[in-house]
Amino acid sequence: MTAKRPLVEVRDLKMHFPIYGGLMRRRVGSIKAVDGISFDIMEGETLGMVGESGCGKSTAGRAVLRLYDPTAGSVRIDGEDIGQMSAEALRRKRPTMQMVFQDPQASLNPRMTVAGIIGEPLDEHTNWSAKQKLDRIYELMDAVGLNRNFANRYPHAFSGGQRQRIGIARALALNPKFIVCDEPIAALDVSIQAQVVNLLEELQEKLGLTYLFISHDLSMVRHIADRVAVMYLGKIVELAPAQALYDNPRHPYTEALLSAVPEPDPSLEGKKQRIVLQGDVPSPANPPQGCNFCTRCPKVMDICKTVKPETVEVAPSHFVACHLINQDQTAGRTGGSKAEHFHTPNHQGEVA
Amino acid sequence: MPDGATPVLDVKNLKTVFGTRSGEVHAVNSVSFHLEPGELLGVVGESGSGKSVTMMSLLGLLPSPPAQVREGTVMLGGRDILKMNAEDLRHVRGREVGFVFQDPMTSLNPVFTVGFQIMEPLRAHMGMSKAQARARAQELLELVGIPDAGRRLDDYPHQFSGGMRQRVMIAIALACDPKVLIADEPTTALDVTIQAQILELVKELRKKLGMAIIWITHDLGVIAGIADRVMVMYGGQVVEQGPVRAVFADPAHPYTRALLRTMPKLHGERAAKLRVIEGQPPMLGRHPTSCPFADRCGHTHDRCRKENPQRRDIGAGHDVACHWDHRGAGA
Repeated sequence: MTAKRPLVEVRDLKMHFPIYGGLMRRRVGSIKAVDGISFDIMEGETLGMVGESGCGKSTAGRAVLRLYDPTAGSVRIDGEDIGQMSAEALRRKRPTMQMVFQDPQASLNPRMTVAGIIGEPLDEHTNWSAKQKLDRIYELMDAVGLNRNFANRYPHAFSGGQRQRIGIARALALNPKFIVCDEPIAALDVSIQAQVVNLLEELQEKLGLTYLFISHDLSMVRHIADRVAVMYLGKIVELAPAQALYDNPRHPYTEALLSAVPEPDPSLEGKKQRIVLQGDVPSPANPPQGCNFCTRCPKVMDICKTVKPETVEVAPSHFVACHLINQDQTAGRTGGSKAEHFHTPNHQGEVA
Repeated sequence: MPDGATPVLDVKNLKTVFGTRSGEVHAVNSVSFHLEPGELLGVVGESGSGKSVTMMSLLGLLPSPPAQVREGTVMLGGRDILKMNAEDLRHVRGREVGFVFQDPMTSLNPVFTVGFQIMEPLRAHMGMSKAQARARAQELLELVGIPDAGRRLDDYPHQFSGGMRQRVMIAIALACDPKVLIADEPTTALDVTIQAQILELVKELRKKLGMAIIWITHDLGVIAGIADRVMVMYGGQVVEQGPVRAVFADPAHPYTRALLRTMPKLHGERAAKLRVIEGQPPMLGRHPTSCPFADRCGHTHDRCRKENPQRRDIGAGHDVACHWDHRGAGA
């Protein structure tokens, strides 16, 4: 932990999509897909991002790479604010930040060969000779465990797990530092998931990669992530080191989410006191006043319905946005350590 | 039968083959299982293991050609469904066996109201009048926990969320009070917190209505929570079957063992590396003459490649199709 510095710094990122309506197609509202999130990702670290569909985790992942133009906030990667960059500067920055998509079927062009797909970033960003490119393509195929002899085949000839390997090889082509993995294993079978996750971990070790790992699979995130952010309706409700978050969840939503995961152990399942949340996630076009979770929270209080909770650091590097915490803290000790952003205290000096 | 009860559903030696341009695909190979009254049988397996095709074959839901149910008997209440004519079969579907499909968006018709779709089987199978059917439909929506049921009857599927739509699907499947409910990955498309709601609902409905349920899923966690018995499928065959606690505590087939080990845990020690099952699931091109798991198994010997193992009883209603004796070895 000594020489680590934040590679990715996200501050108060907002991504609102406009809704047009009425006769004049005027803007009548907005979908607040991501509504003010802040976090750091250290070099070589994996930050897991979990939440249910529609909570904004994929949008956050895309906005961090500026695949969308964020509505507000800043994203600094390797010290440069990519939100403000010109198109040309951004293009030159792209090699350092890549993405692995969820659906390997949809994210690979069915009319391109594997060599073509993996080599496309090289065509775009280097002026290498064909020989150099081919060598690099073979190197990448070896790295992700694909047979070189299949370089001229098309994606349909591969299984789901192998297609995901092609997607990973493409993301690695330009030696990136930072990769956003958006549900990379959601479309795969259980026995294949482990293969892909192990590959991602091996590559991280070998190449010193930094991951933002977006997933709804809480047990897999526990395995791969160093720290985990839990999102609900466009906001991060809790962010903590993986161990702390799973052993001692502090936000009622995290608690409910963890208790909802069915575990492959009948004796455990029999005893488990499951917190079953009532109702559905509210629309992000019209989030509730106060805490976003107040409509479903089993521990809701009056204050939750009117005031948005502040994010508080409850333990070192453990951040929670919930009124329950504020109450405990003000009751327990005066002041409380209020944190504006989700970053570890030893880095406060650098980012402030 | 271990305890002498007559099964509501008894499947023997079911074989389904698909004819394709590049030859036959043996999707279901001699699958046998039974379902006792009121029990919940979990069926697990990966994509392509034949779990959905098995259930579709039972009710003749597969288009033929290309599908062909080649062998087997499916006894439901003393009659063989596979030998029924179209009219009788129509009566079995919906009336005696309810089906809940995976994706609640595509399995509901978007141009009809939810009420109409629940009333449809009631009017077709139970001969109810419109008013009776509507009253029963409202009752059903209340049963599956949809608030303000009377008004929601006139809503269209798109006005419901994913979890609510799956509740509607369950209501339709339960409409005619079936003896057997087959649920094909009913919670796979849902979020975990919504999945938890549906699982609670099913547990409650079982208590109230007492029908037998076949629950297909690839999630061993879901099975652990709700099933009485579990049947593990691989390569179009049943590789292991038994009471849920016995199978999870002492899995006998190398595939089941590997599957349980490969899943990361939510609690306890965090493994440095995930255990993997190397290789890919088998192609189902030929009639199997060897064990389908032989190429990925850690205990393969000559016999596994020469002879497809038959299911053998290992006590207490637990059986396994494997040449290797798991009790002889440690982990």
